[in-house]
Amino acid sequence: MDEKIVSMKNIVKEFSGVRVLDNVDFNIYKGKIMALVGENGAGKSTLMKILTGVYLKTSGDIYLEGKEVNFTTTKESQDMGVAIIHQELNLVQDLSISENIFLGREPVGKSGKIKWKQLYDESKQWLDKLGLNESPKELVKNLSVGKQQLIEIAKALSLNAKVIIMDEPTGALTISETEKLFEVVNELRSQGHSIVYISHRLNEIFQICDYVTVLRDGTLVGEKTIDELDEDKIIEMMVGRKLSEQYPRVNTILGHTVLEVKNLSNKFVKDISFELKEGEILGVAGLVGAGRTEMARSIYGVYPLDKGEILMKGKPVVIKSPKDAIKEGIAYVSEDRKSNGIVLGLNIVENVTLASLDQYVGKIGKINKSEEEKSTDSYVKSMSIKAAGTKQLLKFLSGGNQQKVALAKNLNTNPKILILDEPTRGVDVGAKKEIYELINKYKESGMSILMISSEIPEILGISDRVMVMHEGMVTGTLDIKNADQEKIMSLAVGKEVS
Amino acid sequence: MKKLSLKGRDWKSILSQNKPVIVLLILIVAMSIMNDRFLTWSNALTVLRQTSINAVIATGLTFAILIGGIDLSVGSVLAICGAVSAKMVASGMNIFLVILLTLMLGLGMGMVNGLFISKGRLQPFIATLGTMTLLRGFTLVYTQGKPISIFGSETSAVYSKIGTGYFLGIPIPVYIMLFVFVIAYYILRHMKIGRYTYALGSNEEATMYSGIKTDNVKIFVYGISGFLSALAGIIVTSRLGSAQPTAGSGYELDAIAAVVIGGTSMAGGIGTIFGTAIGALIIGILNNALNLLQVSSYYQGVAKGIVILIAVLLDRKQRTSR
Repeated sequence: MDEKIVSMKNIVKEFSGVRVLDNVDFNIYKGKIMALVGENGAGKSTLMKILTGVYLKTSGDIYLEGKEVNFTTTKESQDMGVAIIHQELNLVQDLSISENIFLGREPVGKSGKIKWKQLYDESKQWLDKLGLNESPKELVKNLSVGKQQLIEIAKALSLNAKVIIMDEPTGALTISETEKLFEVVNELRSQGHSIVYISHRLNEIFQICDYVTVLRDGTLVGEKTIDELDEDKIIEMMVGRKLSEQYPRVNTILGHTVLEVKNLSNKFVKDISFELKEGEILGVAGLVGAGRTEMARSIYGVYPLDKGEILMKGKPVVIKSPKDAIKEGIAYVSEDRKSNGIVLGLNIVENVTLASLDQYVGKIGKINKSEEEKSTDSYVKSMSIKAAGTKQLLKFLSGGNQQKVALAKNLNTNPKILILDEPTRGVDVGAKKEIYELINKYKESGMSILMISSEIPEILGISDRVMVMHEGMVTGTLDIKNADQEKIMSLAVGKEVS
Repeated sequence: MKKLSLKGRDWKSILSQNKPVIVLLILIVAMSIMNDRFLTWSNALTVLRQTSINAVIATGLTFAILIGGIDLSVGSVLAICGAVSAKMVASGMNIFLVILLTLMLGLGMGMVNGLFISKGRLQPFIATLGTMTLLRGFTLVYTQGKPISIFGSETSAVYSKIGTGYFLGIPIPVYIMLFVFVIAYYILRHMKIGRYTYALGSNEEATMYSGIKTDNVKIFVYGISGFLSALAGIIVTSRLGSAQPTAGSGYELDAIAAVVIGGTSMAGGIGTIFGTAIGALIIGILNNALNLLQVSSYYQGVAKGIVILIAVLLDRKQRTSR
């Protein structure tokens, strides 16, 4: 058995009477990487916030190198060698690398002047250690997200961190950046650092982790060594049911071609062509930055086209704005719900009818509020949107319910084509299944669906065909019968598939 | 179900959600105690008449602030529209034509602001700062720096009734103010464009993605602000009997104060016409009170500033706690 550096025992955390962590035990082993997994809301972040002094535990004990500790601020945990790297990086974009590494503890002389040479030299050492050859004077905003992540690590190391907690570190990284990060993480492990790795990407966990702890609904499901597990087993532990039930597939007979996109090109995408049939789900896979969202938004009229044609039922259409797209029967459910999917300051009714208000107004522009209410009620029922009432503001709803409202808003425009951009992002596993079932229902009613997703299992689970993009181009389209994770990945990184 | 829950709300919770109303009531009670000339019918009418000009401007500004913008040009639009209308009246033009042309001029100027802000992608503060300065200068050129009298034609007598006349014992500007409130309330609560105003102020991008031409909404909103500034210009000019080249200077500040005291968020998306009406009344009563109490004009600004800050702070506290 490996030596424990951190041991949390019987941790309980309550927020105003609601128990979010219930007697959780969690260990971090010296010189090992511990994966911490669970659905959204399982309690991972809360547990880590307790360890780093952001939240105070309600009860339970924490031991660091055998001694009981009770951090009340992040500063205290940092001083004792526990550092956390958040998903949203905490770097000041307009300062240099070294200013960021030593922010708040710059080496200064008697007069208070910063000793720049010492600052740069020490920063350089940390950068060298991580294999980065950037100048310490480089501004952080000029670095890629992957490199910024490494700067966060450099900062943690310069604080003499023994334990480094990484929250979804690869969320925004490219493949090569992820590989680089893994090299660094492996190197840190061999130097004796202990790491907590929080990730939804199970394949990464199998690449680098030694142990896995699974949480579900605020309770500990189990701690296992990596050899005892495979992906299916982890998922089963996470959701408490078998994976096969997660993706309800329905097979429909495909109808006529509804949408044809021909040689679509602009500054984001090159030469995109595809067809979509009635009742078909076309999954769009690819890595972050492959241009999938940009393609969808170009079809939806947000970005102008340089070249190419869009045909609806064989007739060319001109789409220059979302207004045109909606008129042609195209709806787009955004990946970025809060910034362009829903209006947080409006209530459920007002959001549901926002894109289709013309249906409810009379000659002088007066809104028929009882009709609005009626439509909204039917969505609330059919989608089981959970809210205190239809007048509740969107900002008070959970992510899953917000997503359902976004979906309802688009459905209320009576679309023939539904473009879903990451429809289950930030939605927990239970609500995910409900969303898949809704998508299937629309498919059965003859709607054509273009579903962009970064989760390959989701694409494989419910699509009829899979289109893969890489650097703004389509690198291949696979029938679902021939598609698998590997083929999709190789197309996504731009490799030819036979 | 919905109506029941509304009835179930007691007056305490209604008041706690309408802090400006409390400030207004306190102000009225305090003034009634301090000065026995305050709570009289004639003084009440004076306050309402004086409030009407600021209230009309503030109603237009409420739209601009609701979409997260601002309109600094209201005072200058008031001045130029007042001057143009005075010249038209003096020339004997038909009264209805005068009013129509003046209002259209204000509407047009507001829409130009809207064009700069939407199509020209200028910051609302900068765009309207520019037109404020430009139109003030243009007013001085147009009037040669001298007041333009409205008298000298058959139209004059009718025109001057707008600002000075009474109907059933109540000044005509008060009717105009109430009419503007009702129409603005109706637009914001029950019309499509009102819904879009709130949506745009709360999340511009999502509004655009919902197939709404946000540029058109902005042009409409600044158009309303210009239109109501022109209406205020007519009231002011009619009341004074002449168009002053410096009319309306600084009016944007009292109007912004009224909107903000009324609980409208400068960030957009939150606010009501009811709030603005209360805000305008608070400012109006305060001005009246300071005069009745014979506070030196040096101290008037100090007192007004303090009340504005208290009213806004009360509102802010309530919101963060929710």
